[in-house]
Amino acid sequence: MPASGATASQQIFALVDVNNFYVSCERVFNPTLENRPVVVLSNNDGCAVARSNEVKALGIKMGAPWFQMKELARQHGIVALSSNYALYADMSSRAVSILRDYSPNVEVYSIDESFLGLNGLGNLWRSFASMGQSMRQRVLQWTGLPVCVGIGSSKTLAKLANHIAKKNPRFNGVCDLAAMPQAEIDALLAGIEVGEVWGVGRRIDAHLQTAGIQTVKDLRDAPLTWLRSRFGVVMERTGNELRGISCLDLEEIAPPKKQIVSSRSFGQLLHALPDLNEAVASHVSHAAEKLRAQDGTCSAIHVFIHTNPFREQDPQYSNSIVIPLPNASADTRLLVRAALFGLKKIYQPGYAYKKAGVMLMGISDAQTAQGSLLLEHGAGQRSEGLMKTMDALNRRYGRHTVSVFASSAVKSWAMRRENMSPCYTTRWSDVPVAHAC
Amino acid sequence: MANILPLGNETLLPYLRQAALSAPLYRLPLLLQRIPAGFPSPADEYAESALDLNTYLVRNKTATFFFRVIGDSMTGANIHDGDLLVVDRSIEPRHGHIVLAIINNEYTVKRLYRLNGVIELHAENPAYAPICFQEHDELRVWGVVTGAVSRFAV
Repeated sequence: MPASGATASQQIFALVDVNNFYVSCERVFNPTLENRPVVVLSNNDGCAVARSNEVKALGIKMGAPWFQMKELARQHGIVALSSNYALYADMSSRAVSILRDYSPNVEVYSIDESFLGLNGLGNLWRSFASMGQSMRQRVLQWTGLPVCVGIGSSKTLAKLANHIAKKNPRFNGVCDLAAMPQAEIDALLAGIEVGEVWGVGRRIDAHLQTAGIQTVKDLRDAPLTWLRSRFGVVMERTGNELRGISCLDLEEIAPPKKQIVSSRSFGQLLHALPDLNEAVASHVSHAAEKLRAQDGTCSAIHVFIHTNPFREQDPQYSNSIVIPLPNASADTRLLVRAALFGLKKIYQPGYAYKKAGVMLMGISDAQTAQGSLLLEHGAGQRSEGLMKTMDALNRRYGRHTVSVFASSAVKSWAMRRENMSPCYTTRWSDVPVAHAC
Repeated sequence: MANILPLGNETLLPYLRQAALSAPLYRLPLLLQRIPAGFPSPADEYAESALDLNTYLVRNKTATFFFRVIGDSMTGANIHDGDLLVVDRSIEPRHGHIVLAIINNEYTVKRLYRLNGVIELHAENPAYAPICFQEHDELRVWGVVTGAVSRFAV
């Protein structure tokens, strides 16, 4: 009996995922990284956000702080790189554009994972597994990125199949659960911990374990009514998905964001208001650009600052403020003015600040924005034209070509990225070298 | 119903669905000039987009990458120090292609010689000897060079 939200006809999905994505991108352009342990560090070089298999084998966990693994890194010659988002974004869009040749229905789920709807495409291939192998081969040849493909009759099963493909070399990178005999599926699912299921977080995992649900097979075979009464409708839906009843559709067009956040820890601690002004103005510019890209306006801006809670020896302070705007706007000039007004209200001298950020709130469609009799500057057609020009210039000549707030030459608040690789694919000055000698 | 696809033992034909559009909206090109009052420009009907070197140099955008040349071993093939190389990974390397290979952990541009079981990388400059590969050596070709771009000092 199909549960609510389930569609009657059989669905088929693939999840294509790049192995160790950030590390794999770095390796495409730097052969010396091959067969060596490599980690990519988060913003400000804080912790590991991507690990090569060699690093995983050393027992270094995702999110491990860099300062904790420095000793291990020295012993084993681990190469630590700062994250190079320009490179990763370009490589990701190349991989996605290859996948779009295989299916017209692609949901880009994250920078390194895409769901493909495969309904009706099976007849083009000997099997879905052979389609998966073809994708794998083509992405590897065209971009140098290794991918794994999981196929199943729900998104949850496709994701699980991807996990299986990755962990078991015998699948050669492609696992199709939809074409697998039931006994084999049962044996596989009985060997996978329930925490690996999409949407089962650490907290629910613990609750499931207490209730005697340890493996994915246990969860699949648990009565749906019990799942619902004990864990809620989301877990019931997961139960359905594991039984092959698709409840989650592809989301091909990302819904417009209701809130836009831009914030980041500073490369070093900041004390003075002018420095904070500059950081906040830069965050507003970034957020406003995103706002205009989705053709929206916002009606309030939330500004926050705080010190570093991990430096217990320092006096601590954190505060935030919401500044409502007289008219909904997407004009960087107006938003910066409002944000700096708010920052001035909450700023206290005498503290070492670690982080500042802004959140644009009350976002609505620019087309439906309500007019006002009292149009301030920063509203109307002139503003729209100016912002369009600004965005175009920044797109063409690089971010920060034109900005609203005067910025100093040395950005003391900028990200610390001490070991970033060149932007091989997005900057002429950074293209890799071919030796003819 | 006529059927041009190899069906195997499948009996169901794919059902048709609406084509997914990659972008939610389309922009139409504006007219080239403002219309003062009376007559539109007679050229507007013939508007075409200007020539773009990308379309000339790049066959497969997804698989194409650029490299900067250092050295003079390929001058015979008109590839000079400082040139920009257009490298396409989607092309299967064949005898006679100019390729980007990985030699000693570096990217090297050479002409691929592969005939009668002999595999070599040839420079296009008599000052450089060919690189020969023995039976158990592995030659790793990163991509096939499809073009080179030079800029001159002005």
